[in-house]
Amino acid sequence: MDGKITKVSIIVSKGSLEGIYPALIMANGARAEGMDANLFFTFFGLDAVNKKRIEHIKVATVGNPAMHIPTLIGGLPGMSGLATHMMSKTMDKLDIPPIPEFIEMIGDTGCGMYACKASVDMFNLTKDDFVEQVQDIITVGDFYDMAAGGQIIFT
Amino acid sequence: MSTATYAGVSVELNDEGFFVDPNQWTKDIAVELAKADGIEELTSQHWTVLEFMRKEYFEKGTGPTVRVLGKTSGVSVKDLYLLFPKGPAKMAARIAGIPKPKGCI
Repeated sequence: MDGKITKVSIIVSKGSLEGIYPALIMANGARAEGMDANLFFTFFGLDAVNKKRIEHIKVATVGNPAMHIPTLIGGLPGMSGLATHMMSKTMDKLDIPPIPEFIEMIGDTGCGMYACKASVDMFNLTKDDFVEQVQDIITVGDFYDMAAGGQIIFT
Repeated sequence: MSTATYAGVSVELNDEGFFVDPNQWTKDIAVELAKADGIEELTSQHWTVLEFMRKEYFEKGTGPTVRVLGKTSGVSVKDLYLLFPKGPAKMAARIAGIPKPKGCI
């Protein structure tokens, strides 16, 4: 190792907005630096590439102390939608793309995208449920083979 | 900081190989830099990106990120990665003789 990272494999296990964006930014940034990058979507992280869910990713307003609003208020109907709307506006100003557009862009950078077989089976999904950028549904063993020789990041 | 000679001109580079003074850059230098980075021939699409990078740098003080390049340079993100496989914004900035673009997206 000469101290440079040349490859990253990033696991996305959460389906909230704040759970998905960091992984996408890191994958996109890795490609921009000329590294190889793979995204592996598992459990609720699959929402980030699920055609039916990708447009409806929300910020968690409950169970998220960093929101600094009382849990009961955060639990009111529409709160998560409101927080998501506000955050999306700020991100738009900073030219951070919405998740569907970001996934498309990351696909265009040549980053690999894969869905976790165990989770896909558990949620009763098939490859047709995912956006076209998802290349394959793979097992954990396949993932480790793919990640060999690089860094693994779990988010 | 180091000095290197490209196309007969002595230029100052920072530790990552980016130009310290973008005004030292010439098109002949770009051709040599591209070769050193594995691009045998700069096509018209390469030049579109390089010129766009320099324009943005001189207007805004920093080069564009891949996202900005893809949206505004007229070259798609997919093509950008084909043209500059080692990371479009970074590689193009080095060849265009401007500092490394700042930005996360």
